[in-house]
Amino acid sequence: MSEHGPLFVQVSQLARRSVLRTFRRPINVFPSFFFPLMLLAVNVGGLQAASNLRGFPTDSYLDFALAFTFLQGALFATTNAGTDLARDIETGFLNRLALTPMRNAALLLGQLAGVVTLALLQATLYLTVGIVAGVRPESGVLGVFLIVFLGVLVALAFGAIGAFLALRTGSGEAIQALFPLFFVFLFLSSMNLPRNLIEIDWFRTVTTINPVSYLIEGIRSLIITGWDLQALLLGFGLAIGIGSVALTAAGWALRGRLARS
Amino acid sequence: MRDEHGIRAEALAREFKGGIRAVCGIDLEVAPGEIYGFLGPNGAGKSTTVHMLTTLLPPSSGTARVAGFDVTTEGQQVRAAIGAALQEAALDPLLTGREHLRLQTALHGMPRAERKRRSQALLERVGLTEAADRKVQTYSGGMKRRLDLALALAHEPSILFLDEPTTGLDPQSRNALWAEVARLARDEGVTVFLTTQYLEEADVLADRVGIIDHGTIVAEGTPAALKAEIGRPSVEAIPVEPSDLVALARVLERFGVPVPGSPKGVTVRLDGGEDALADVVRALDAEGLHVSHLQLHAPTLDDVFLAKTGRSLEGAGDELEETEPEPVPA
Repeated sequence: MSEHGPLFVQVSQLARRSVLRTFRRPINVFPSFFFPLMLLAVNVGGLQAASNLRGFPTDSYLDFALAFTFLQGALFATTNAGTDLARDIETGFLNRLALTPMRNAALLLGQLAGVVTLALLQATLYLTVGIVAGVRPESGVLGVFLIVFLGVLVALAFGAIGAFLALRTGSGEAIQALFPLFFVFLFLSSMNLPRNLIEIDWFRTVTTINPVSYLIEGIRSLIITGWDLQALLLGFGLAIGIGSVALTAAGWALRGRLARS
Repeated sequence: MRDEHGIRAEALAREFKGGIRAVCGIDLEVAPGEIYGFLGPNGAGKSTTVHMLTTLLPPSSGTARVAGFDVTTEGQQVRAAIGAALQEAALDPLLTGREHLRLQTALHGMPRAERKRRSQALLERVGLTEAADRKVQTYSGGMKRRLDLALALAHEPSILFLDEPTTGLDPQSRNALWAEVARLARDEGVTVFLTTQYLEEADVLADRVGIIDHGTIVAEGTPAALKAEIGRPSVEAIPVEPSDLVALARVLERFGVPVPGSPKGVTVRLDGGEDALADVVRALDAEGLHVSHLQLHAPTLDDVFLAKTGRSLEGAGDELEETEPEPVPA
């Protein structure tokens, strides 16, 4: 055993705590499961006619819109995780952990395990609801697993951003205040229409440079296209890229926050 | 868990952004097995000192060794040797007491069976067995503090830092915590560094006391020695007729220097010690002054603080409240 103790034990214990406290606050968990589904129902009800547009990639708006629920769910999970970490800073719990031989990596990975667990359950629920409502992913059974996997990967990447912001600001309120900003990012994407059908130039430009579009399109391609290599590479590549950058930044912020010698 | 090195700090200082000097180059030495009371008002530099000694905050200058290890270069070894219950019990309201202990012991690298055994033993020691599986959000302030202490003891540290451990506790919880801290030092040889703003706490618990004000240690010694240094008792008198207050003050000031006391009366430190009390009574009688209250006060640590700083410790924190920034690294 190193002087820090085994990393696996530290990560698993911190992950357990993260999951426990996530699910012991139903008031926080409920919206992340059901708000995305409610928005999906509203969008499908109001925008079904969009699927009649020439060039629309599917004749079911539900198939098209389902991918967005994964992103919205990931955002909820991220905000919860960021707020939890910020609360640990505010209450001094982080100092308590800092006085143990805990490794910095264990704290981040353990914290993100809660996000992953929540995202896994959310993705399973969204997909199940979608399938019950008639969605038949073109990519088949393997594609279903990949949809869930990409959904979790996106949540992990967003979670790392939440951890970075929590460690930089040390304020739960600041994280909550950033939630609407994140939401704007989601709406300025190809969530409601394919990019090639957006006629307003500035909006099409924004959706084209917004990475969220490619994360949605990665998941969407598995549902409505099948195996679109380009969409998958962009989706997975961006999720891994954003996650890597955010994790590195969070690690740096944690070192600054835990200025222990 | 007996400590052989204690704590030693030399010229330890911490400056925050904006040039605020929270701790101004203090020297202190705590012997192994000793309970050292670090007494001072809010904002005096107590918590900043504890954060430096526990490796949570790097000193701006100076050195400190805890359990024989340098806090700047051997942080890992320092943390392995110490336990700390910092200001405000830092607990997760959604976890149970037992879950807290399991997490703490796991992070300290204990094997699974040892974690279980140690957690149970600590829960029993701090009297939380029945509440062990309840969420901490249902605990009282005293229960939280006891759990905090148990967590600090999880890995059997040789040095224990307690930052204002009884603030906000009811007398019963406070006395129970005092008894446990005293037992740890007496029976297990644990060195205890205790910060407090309560005179009684320092007086009852500490083998030696350091008094800090504006980031500087202004007095240090055993409570008895510090009080003996001040030496003289004070006498407080309250006249029957409030209009006699000026005359009463004139008489009492013949016997010593006025010190803060009841606003309804006059208090002076007796130059002649307690032997002067009889002369005070005779002088009041000779002047025809009748008093409703006459009391001799033995010197207290507050008198020591007053003598060293010119202010009473009670309420001194109010004016300093904003001067000690939260010791969170940038």
